[in-house]
Amino acid sequence: MIADIALALPEIFLAVAAMVLLVFGVYAGEKSTRFVATAAIVALAAAIVLVLGRQAATGFGGMFVVDAFGSFAKILILVGTGLAIAMSLGYLRDQGIERFEFPVLLMLSTIGMMIMVSAGDLIALYLGLELQSLAIYVCAAFKRDSTRSTEAGLKYFVLGALSSGMLLYGASLVYGFAGTTSFAGLAQVLQGGGTPIGVLVGLVFIAAGIAFKCSAAPFHMWTPDVYEGAPTPVTSFMAAAPKVAAIALFMRVFLVPFGGMVEEWRQIIVVIAVLSMVLGAFAAIGQSNIKRLMAYSSIGHVGYALIGLAAANQEGVRGVLIYLAIYLAMNVGTFGVILCMRRATGYSEEISDLAGLARTRPGLAAAMAVFMFSLAGVPPLAGFFGKFYVFMAAVNAGLYVLAVIGVVTSVVGAYYYLRIVKLMYFDAPAEPFAANTDRGVGVVTVAAGLFTLFFFVYPAPIVAGAQIAARALLP
Amino acid sequence: MIVQALAFYLFAAVTVAAGFMVIAARNPVHSVLFLILAFFNAAGLFVLLGAEFLAMILVIVYVGAVAVLFLFVVMMLDINFAELREGFLNYLPIGLVIGGILLVELFLVLGAWAIAPEAAKFASTPTPPVEQIANTHAIGQVLYTKYMFAFQVSGLILLVAMIGAIVLTLRVREGVRKQRISVQVSRTREEAVALRKVEPRQGV
Repeated sequence: MIADIALALPEIFLAVAAMVLLVFGVYAGEKSTRFVATAAIVALAAAIVLVLGRQAATGFGGMFVVDAFGSFAKILILVGTGLAIAMSLGYLRDQGIERFEFPVLLMLSTIGMMIMVSAGDLIALYLGLELQSLAIYVCAAFKRDSTRSTEAGLKYFVLGALSSGMLLYGASLVYGFAGTTSFAGLAQVLQGGGTPIGVLVGLVFIAAGIAFKCSAAPFHMWTPDVYEGAPTPVTSFMAAAPKVAAIALFMRVFLVPFGGMVEEWRQIIVVIAVLSMVLGAFAAIGQSNIKRLMAYSSIGHVGYALIGLAAANQEGVRGVLIYLAIYLAMNVGTFGVILCMRRATGYSEEISDLAGLARTRPGLAAAMAVFMFSLAGVPPLAGFFGKFYVFMAAVNAGLYVLAVIGVVTSVVGAYYYLRIVKLMYFDAPAEPFAANTDRGVGVVTVAAGLFTLFFFVYPAPIVAGAQIAARALLP
Repeated sequence: MIVQALAFYLFAAVTVAAGFMVIAARNPVHSVLFLILAFFNAAGLFVLLGAEFLAMILVIVYVGAVAVLFLFVVMMLDINFAELREGFLNYLPIGLVIGGILLVELFLVLGAWAIAPEAAKFASTPTPPVEQIANTHAIGQVLYTKYMFAFQVSGLILLVAMIGAIVLTLRVREGVRKQRISVQVSRTREEAVALRKVEPRQGV
């Protein structure tokens, strides 16, 4: 038991820290938000150190797996949450929703995500997923006096409950036909081929449930509305860490317990990936709200990441992990710029308000241009390398059609990313934004921009880390 | 044996009748009360099956919490249930068709059900024989040991639900009189009691 607890130390530490901060916040009142948020960031940083110190092992009767793959994903998740909290304070204060529960809820959601990527059992998978989602439902409705925010929260909750139901139904079918919920046991039962049809049906339902959580088409319907309605810091959080967790979970579930059924599930993943890429590229073109645009962009990026899963080999897993790391940086940076779109009258979300930004705020425009070029996948920015690794994996696995569709949709997607750059640099200026006073947003945006810009200079740590992680998942 | 059979038919008949009354009763409060009756009888059926843990949970959770919550909702929300149920009979035929299909499917599934032969080998917790160990005891043996992880994570989920409910609904209102126990307890006799000398036939 002690060994098990030592194994889950980062999660336990975060849970205890979240509860302590909650109690502290209750006693200290609303004015303690800034302190609670800072302490939450420190706790997340400490959790990264703890994650790095774990040895690969399995605990809690096989429910909890610690390996390099999980640790890599956990570090991305912790970084994503920390940056999201750091960026949120200014916005929350301006909107009058500066409450200490916000960082606490994000921490609890992070614990759920860490459990997801460490899941070694369908029960642990479901519990992690539910812990993560439940906290985000609440955060989406956090601005409870705004109709749009509550609508976003309610919509996300209802559809999320539906997808959880599908996932549970699939898990029950798998359990009924294979006789076990543990990933190791499932892998053993299912490796011989001759898969029972019930397991296959269950697998489809599980895929639908997880695809919903990472907003892959055709389970993406909630994404634009929720991204638009939720407060911007919540959107920036939703678009980063939970996606990493859901895609990492996708890889662990499909490659470990269902690894013997690659031929059966590959077609599902290929269809989901193609639909996501196409939808992300075309549906984003007509958007006028930048948060909706980022929602469609995130759907497209999930499609690219899933290409690596469809390859179903070590190279593919490595590609997806690199992609996720880069995606996290680009996305956090873009939302940092969106959080700077503030006038005296309030926050703006219209793309047309970015017009002529290069003349009024050259620094902000340059940062946005870097992120847009990177999201479009223009070399030598980081986004190009993310796509490069997954496309190479697909080509080496013989999935030529998928790789070609990926390249074509990237070109289509480049249109709407570059349209923003054109708007900022060549159009007549709109009313200028107020100067950014929030240090958190500034620091995070600049850091994300530098990472995106100079990733190609020294990509070794991330590529090597992803390589080790991929080897841990698929020996 | 005959007692068991009689008890089964009694419980089952009352459950079905109560279930029907839940949707047929005009007054929504009566519906909820019939629902509670159905829960009690279902608990009786579980006892007959030897699943006394489920029976207890059904009474404690469903009767004790869920049904009472329903009762609160029904009585506190101002919903015109008569209007809500208008056209109820129009949907009866299609409802019956769907119900009939589900029933046939249930029979088909139960008839063709086969558990994978490997299933027993991988069962994460081998089921102990019913004669040797009561099922409450059996759950108790694994819940806090083998499934401690799942149990604790469930606790975290409930914590999030609680925080969420408070975050989304609690409003700090001005001018609300709250009970402050510390103030109550620290009151002294001097500030709480005043002795007056009341003259006879004068009043206070």
